[in-house]
Amino acid sequence: MELLVASAIGILTAGGLYLVLRLRTFPVILGVSLLTYAVNVFLFASGRLTVGAPPILQDGVTTYADPVPQALVLTAIVISFGMTAVVVMISLGAFLGSDDDHVDDQSDETTGTPS
Amino acid sequence: MMHWLIAPVVLPALLAPFIVLAARYHIVIQRSFSVAGVVALIAIALGLTTQVFDGSIILYQLGDWAAPFGIVLVGDRLSIFMVLLTAVLALFVLLYAIGSGWDNRGAHFHALFQFQLMGIMGAFLTGDLFNLFVFFEVLLIASYGLMIHAGGDARLRAGVQYVLFNLIGSTLFLFALGSIYAETGTLNMADLANRVALIGANDTVGIRVAAVLLILVFAIKAAIVPLHFWLPSSYAEAPAPVAALFAIMTKVGAYSIIRVYTMIFPPDLEITAGLHGVWLLPAALLSVALGMAGVLVAKRLDRLVAFSVIGSMGMVMVAISLFTPEGIAAALYYIVHSTLAAAALFLIADLVRSGRANLDLTPQPPIAGSALTAAFFFAGAIAVAGLPPLSGFLGKLLVLDAAFGADQVVWVWAVVLGSSLISIVGFSRAGSILFWKAQSVEHNAETSPPPATLSYVAVGGLLALLVAHTIFAGQVHSYTTKMAAQLFSPQPYIATVLDTSGKLSSPQEGY
Repeated sequence: MELLVASAIGILTAGGLYLVLRLRTFPVILGVSLLTYAVNVFLFASGRLTVGAPPILQDGVTTYADPVPQALVLTAIVISFGMTAVVVMISLGAFLGSDDDHVDDQSDETTGTPS
Repeated sequence: MMHWLIAPVVLPALLAPFIVLAARYHIVIQRSFSVAGVVALIAIALGLTTQVFDGSIILYQLGDWAAPFGIVLVGDRLSIFMVLLTAVLALFVLLYAIGSGWDNRGAHFHALFQFQLMGIMGAFLTGDLFNLFVFFEVLLIASYGLMIHAGGDARLRAGVQYVLFNLIGSTLFLFALGSIYAETGTLNMADLANRVALIGANDTVGIRVAAVLLILVFAIKAAIVPLHFWLPSSYAEAPAPVAALFAIMTKVGAYSIIRVYTMIFPPDLEITAGLHGVWLLPAALLSVALGMAGVLVAKRLDRLVAFSVIGSMGMVMVAISLFTPEGIAAALYYIVHSTLAAAALFLIADLVRSGRANLDLTPQPPIAGSALTAAFFFAGAIAVAGLPPLSGFLGKLLVLDAAFGADQVVWVWAVVLGSSLISIVGFSRAGSILFWKAQSVEHNAETSPPPATLSYVAVGGLLALLVAHTIFAGQVHSYTTKMAAQLFSPQPYIATVLDTSGKLSSPQEGY
């Protein structure tokens, strides 16, 4: 299970980073979303991986799931969801306004020509 | 339990929805409530300052849950001082926004402004790392709204860059928090300080990664080279009052570095030896050099000011990265100076902007009210470049003095003094093009109306604060020295946070 979770986080992060480096708003936003998925799973795993363990003290139980990372992940999901919505709106506004979806600054000579 | 400590967070948090819901269409009511709120914040911060002045530490347990199970707010000398600085800066920025009419060029300026203040105050007061992340997000999401206030294509494009860069920064912050939690099982700063000290010398991989990730996050916020790329465009394109308020946001990063890397990962901690202690100083020196070089080569006044922010943040970080009490004291003195001076310069750039077609550094017809604006620019430039008689000079002197015993003293002195010279050249070039060469350009009699008196009052107020910061430098520096002493003996802080019992530790009969 550790191998599965670890490689899932790794692949999500790698894909996210690749897309972020594409420098056009649509891939970059997708990449940031992938990165937030990766970090959510990572946070979840920071409380150790357990299956079917109770989070609250019970008699006769020795293995517990850590409830704190689950609360952290919930906060992180809400925040990243809101932030993604904001960045979609702002970049849509920027694209409709200037008809250009580059994330980086274009130098003065190449403005207007697709690269 | 005293509830005043949470007032700087709760007051703007209540004021902002009130402004949105009740005063949506009444700019006068919005303005009065916003100003009244900020004045109340200053009063609260002053009241809290009297409580922590003698070195005592105020603790506020949310929901009466004891740390490390509940979230705590902690007020010590440093955090209350930063709260006071934020409140004072916010007042003058707000007055300028009202005087220049910036707040009426788009919707919800005052509500976003209050939310921004809520986030900044919370980040200074919290005693919990995850809560710090949440307050970072609060201040960031408000800053996204403020950054694109009044719209425009160039501003939106800069806004996209700013938001995306900070989104990636937030993701990095979460990765750092995850690895810290996995290593130590807690996110309370005081509890972390105890537990990190217990980690054995053979078991340091995870915590070293976490320490580096965390300093990267704070370095993004503090715009240290090479993580500064978001700053010039966003600060230059943001509305002037917003850029002036953002002057405190880079200091949130500096504050977090001071807090975390004196308490949780102190400089004499062996398991994180050779990380930030070694690499932060060269990066800070690079920031100083690059920022001041940017001042010299900038083609527009607003970009010039943005680069001077990078330079002065670099100066703050040089002082911090010495990680000595003298260095931190000098850094805290310089933080006040750098915040006020950068804010004043952004507002002055807007005064110039109001009478010209653009902010390009080319000779254009003189602007209305040019004599007073030029005088203000002169004073602001002297302050930022660090010339006598203003506080920039004293701040730089303190930084140089603090670096005197360090190993890299030659590098620090060479870079700081050399880049000061470059920035003086840059500022005098900008000033002479803007205000002197303007007189030689053909111009017709009709000029735009001069800026409102309130705008001049706001900028003049900031400059007056800088003068006061110079005159009372002795008192301020002795107070920042006390702050640094408190930071380097964190035991009372840790004991106050961890040993105060909440409702958890006193179970009652019948449960």
